[in-house]
Amino acid sequence: MTAALYAEWTKLRTVAGPFWLVALAAVLTTALSAAAAGAVTCAGAGCGVDAPMVALTGVQLGQAVVAVLAVMVVGDEYRTGMIRTTLAATPSRAVLLGAKSVVVAGATLAAAVPGVLGAWLAGRLIMPGRGFTAAHGYAPLSLTDGGTLRAFAGAALYLTLVALLSLGIAAAVRDAPTGVGVVLGVLYLAPILVAVVSDPDWERRLRQIMPSDAGSAILHTIDLPALPIGPWPGLGVLALWSAGALLLGGLLLRLRDA
Amino acid sequence: MIGLIRAELTKFRSVRGWLIGCGIAAVLMVLLAVVAAAGTDARVGGPGARGALPRASDGTPVLDGFTFLQQPLDGDGTLTVRVPSLTGVALRPPTPGDSVPDEQEQATPEPWAKAGLIIKAGTTSGSAYTAVMVTGSHGVRMQHDFIHDLAGPTDARWLRLVRSGGTVTAYASSDGAAWTTVGSAPLATGAMSAGIFVATPPHQEYEQFLGGTSVIGGGAIATGTFDNLTAAGIGAGGDWNLVSVGADDSPNRPESTSTRNGDTFVLRGGGDIAPVDGGTGPKLEQLLSGGFMALTVLAVLGVLFVTTEFRRGMVRTTFAATPSRVRVLAAKSVVLGAVTFAVGLVASTAALLVGTAIRGSNHYPADALTQVRIVVGTAALIAVATVLALAIGTILRRGAGAVAAVVVLITLPYILSAAAVLPAATADWVLRITPAAAFAVQQTVPEWPQVDQAYTPAFGFFPLPAWGGFAVLCGWTAVALVIAAALLRRRDA
Repeated sequence: MTAALYAEWTKLRTVAGPFWLVALAAVLTTALSAAAAGAVTCAGAGCGVDAPMVALTGVQLGQAVVAVLAVMVVGDEYRTGMIRTTLAATPSRAVLLGAKSVVVAGATLAAAVPGVLGAWLAGRLIMPGRGFTAAHGYAPLSLTDGGTLRAFAGAALYLTLVALLSLGIAAAVRDAPTGVGVVLGVLYLAPILVAVVSDPDWERRLRQIMPSDAGSAILHTIDLPALPIGPWPGLGVLALWSAGALLLGGLLLRLRDA
Repeated sequence: MIGLIRAELTKFRSVRGWLIGCGIAAVLMVLLAVVAAAGTDARVGGPGARGALPRASDGTPVLDGFTFLQQPLDGDGTLTVRVPSLTGVALRPPTPGDSVPDEQEQATPEPWAKAGLIIKAGTTSGSAYTAVMVTGSHGVRMQHDFIHDLAGPTDARWLRLVRSGGTVTAYASSDGAAWTTVGSAPLATGAMSAGIFVATPPHQEYEQFLGGTSVIGGGAIATGTFDNLTAAGIGAGGDWNLVSVGADDSPNRPESTSTRNGDTFVLRGGGDIAPVDGGTGPKLEQLLSGGFMALTVLAVLGVLFVTTEFRRGMVRTTFAATPSRVRVLAAKSVVLGAVTFAVGLVASTAALLVGTAIRGSNHYPADALTQVRIVVGTAALIAVATVLALAIGTILRRGAGAVAAVVVLITLPYILSAAAVLPAATADWVLRITPAAAFAVQQTVPEWPQVDQAYTPAFGFFPLPAWGGFAVLCGWTAVALVIAAALLRRRDA
């Protein structure tokens, strides 16, 4: 396992693409968060805006870059034929996918942690000027506050789970563009479905089972009882999707020839 | 060029996976129409849930209910009145088991509360009319046929309606001496009802929160005071007669009352004379929301159509056969655009038919022309977006990044705007400048200046007109194609 890990890490760091994608994910997460923080205003006390969640809007964009990063870890090997060398060196498909998961999770965290910290900093600096003041019931965003810490740490975990979901799907479809299409289709489908389904029972059920909607419950800090699913159970649903995708990808990797 | 197009078409149709992709796109679109139709809450009030609504001359569903103090007017005539005051109260939203909602104190009337003169073909709801009125905060207006609204002076309190032959002309004045014309409109000749009226739309507050919207509010009551009422042409000795127009259709409406004190009349009541607000109920375009899924699948195809050639080395054969790279790009765009337009057309027609079959017509009505526009528009949107994917794929030459770029450019701005993540003003700007503006071709509910509602993306209203929004996507695609052509010429394959 150590050797496989080392091999995967070498493959990741010796091409330029992943480095730029990690940087891009961090920058875009921070940038969209800063833009959202600058756009949302709080007119008065009780405006009911979830400030940490606004400051984490960039996750919606960051997840697309993270998905590309994770999909390319598998897709590029199939594109170049490298996968046959890899499998010759590491015949155990499970060990290989495990090593790839660890490396992808590490690379994603390397993007998510600075991205989320940047979002926090943007929110802390910009939002007080947009009406999120003590007079309106908002303290500056602080990571020592339990709910805020959960949202920001949860955002990094959310991105990591999205990366693992993407990795599993990429192993199943074996083609990078198709993999990205499938992942983004699954992630962005939920908000569109929720917008057109007006039956409250349907909507609630959709929000409980769709990976992006359930997973982003972790980003909420207010009105938690009104959410269709709690923050941690929601992240758990996303984790189940990731585990399921990895299982499917691993199974297909084992059953098919490279 | 014909040979080139045929070559590209052969390349496209001889890859089985791409044909399967086209099929998947169509199936996903129909599937989402089924989900959207089956998931429509029958309790959420579409126009169908409000019973058979009267229609304006162009088919727009309208509300026609108001408090009417009238006398018959058989021929020509002139009505003049002064409206010294118009006030309003809002009603708390009714709670179950509470037949009469509580009244909330509120000094100012609703912005579109109305008090003034009206000549109407009878007292049944939905009949033709012409009216001139003082409004809550939009000055004097002349309205007819529910959908037509003309602005008059903002500070006038004197109103006059002159019926002459088949024309009614409205005047307004601030002192009762100097009159300005507000406008005129045709109205059939014959026996009609004429008099003073009061109406007010319900009091509604539109709330937008992360991931959704809500409308809270209840009915409202307007109180209009009238004096100096003169009516020439109305039968002498007749009595003013109170009618609550359209009250049978809305049993919860507050009771219409009128009191007379000398020459002063006070009318009080609810209801409205206006097009219905279509933002909150079911809409026809929801059945085409699968366009996003079809677009994502076909964007992958668009990207693969060019990146696969680079990956396999096929592009060198292609360029050897056709040294003009711009013509190759053009041929690819034409083939891809035509194929995906056809797929999109079939898919959106099927989605609309299947969805309507399941849901029935309990949505804001759309005439045949609008239905054709949203179906053809969705197909065109998918086709142009796929060509954008082709161009971005040519620029980046990396499939994964190109697919992500296309989806993020088109879908993410729409989600951030329509799912109410961004505030309305920002969302409007996002839907003006990003390719997601093209989804304006799907909007079926028109915006009415004389109806107060939240005209924001979260309620399905786009900032640009249908084909204007589509032009934004075309602009992005054109720029991407130019960059792609320039890079194709400069770079080695």
